[in-house]
Amino acid sequence: MLKAIFPSQLALGAAQAALCATVALLVAWIARRREIRVERETAVALARGLAQIVAVGSVLVLLLRGPQWTSVFVLAGMTVAAAATSARRARGIPGAFAVSLYSIGAGAGLLIVVMTLAGVIDAGIASLVPMGSMLIANAMNTNSLALNRFRAEVEAHAGLIETGVALGAAAPETVLPYARAAYHASLIPPIDSLRSLGIVWIPGLMTGMLLSGARPLYAAIYQFVTISMMFSCAGLTSLVSTLLIRNRVFTAAEQLILRPGLKA
Amino acid sequence: MMAAMPILETVHLTREAGGKKLVEDISVAVERAEVLAVAGPSGAGKSCLLRLLNRLDEPTSGTVYLEGKDYRALAPRELRRRVGMMTQMPYLFPGTVTENLRFGPRQQGKHLSGAEVDALLERVGLRQRAAHPVEHLSGGEAQRVSLARALANRPCVLLLDEPTSALDEGSKQEVETLILDVVRQNALTCIVVTHDMAQAARMADRVLLLKAGRLARIGGTREVLHAEGNLS
Repeated sequence: MLKAIFPSQLALGAAQAALCATVALLVAWIARRREIRVERETAVALARGLAQIVAVGSVLVLLLRGPQWTSVFVLAGMTVAAAATSARRARGIPGAFAVSLYSIGAGAGLLIVVMTLAGVIDAGIASLVPMGSMLIANAMNTNSLALNRFRAEVEAHAGLIETGVALGAAAPETVLPYARAAYHASLIPPIDSLRSLGIVWIPGLMTGMLLSGARPLYAAIYQFVTISMMFSCAGLTSLVSTLLIRNRVFTAAEQLILRPGLKA
Repeated sequence: MMAAMPILETVHLTREAGGKKLVEDISVAVERAEVLAVAGPSGAGKSCLLRLLNRLDEPTSGTVYLEGKDYRALAPRELRRRVGMMTQMPYLFPGTVTENLRFGPRQQGKHLSGAEVDALLERVGLRQRAAHPVEHLSGGEAQRVSLARALANRPCVLLLDEPTSALDEGSKQEVETLILDVVRQNALTCIVVTHDMAQAARMADRVLLLKAGRLARIGGTREVLHAEGNLS
């Protein structure tokens, strides 16, 4: 229907974006009616997402024609931005940005380096940057889920945690069960992605490879490779994240910082 | 003759949070084997004061001396082993009664033997419950396990935060009597927070009355309660 109304590709894109953003805001409004307030966050995320992708899209052609070494800086910049975004999920935890940076850096960074050296990811900037960005975004999502779940678990079990601390336990040990729960919860999306690969979900990368003339079997296998990498990246990110965050919810004197209703 | 050193002494103890003074300038010395009740209305800062004594919260100013030593010089874990705590809710760890009792000593690399577990349970009137899963305990039983768990660390001071206020009337009296027996038999120093003046009268040697975070009155139980019109 939109194609008939908007013959120009740019106008069509703008109309499609407006329609999808409206649907997203409608969902946020329905959530608000159920007293779940995500409308502001949704609106900001939509505006930011659109502005960012349009900006990147505008410079992507130039970027992908640049020298190969620039990919290191591009990916490093993406990692910092991902860490800043993810750290917002751990408000109230000191050093959440550093934890996110180390976790995403370890998870995505290590996978990108190892897989590029092994030849799984093509070292050319045109494939390294998109593939790297996919892994960084995946690491960011996993890290956000892990931090968010950990914070919720700690707040919900503050009494039990402080009981352990009051009995002389090492503070990080008292939050270990909640770090494990957060780790497990953060891995649910990548595990489900692996499980449903090809049945529920035929990702865009495989479609793109098929359209550009790759052999269907290789496209399928490479898609599995990509999703496996994303799983490994998520697992590593969450492992580092939940390991580092355990110490951050306590002061130097092992006092719990995250307590419901606490204003320090 | 030199006066005996108090086992625990607070000096100008103050805690502020969110721009509000929760506890302000509390100086009090607690003698060995003494039971001190911290009483006062809701929001007076009673629980906040107790949390400062084992450093679950950090004083904004002032400090606490434990057996003459500034507690900031002690490792927090060591301090908390020596200053045990029992809270309003028992917060038992999932597992059996024995596992809960062994938790504290295990943190020090010690293993509590079966006989030691039985002896602790005997003290709190819960014989034959060692292997019992904690989720099957009643409120009163859970609070007894919480007391035994605190005692397993062999603390020199025991902090009790409204230990009976979450219990039904029947269990309340039982647990209060039990705590008092255990404290007296073992000559434990005990600081008990209560909003119930009658409980303060039954349990304590002295009462510290808090109002809006400040020390309003301290003295012998009868004297303080009489002055406050709670004892005729």
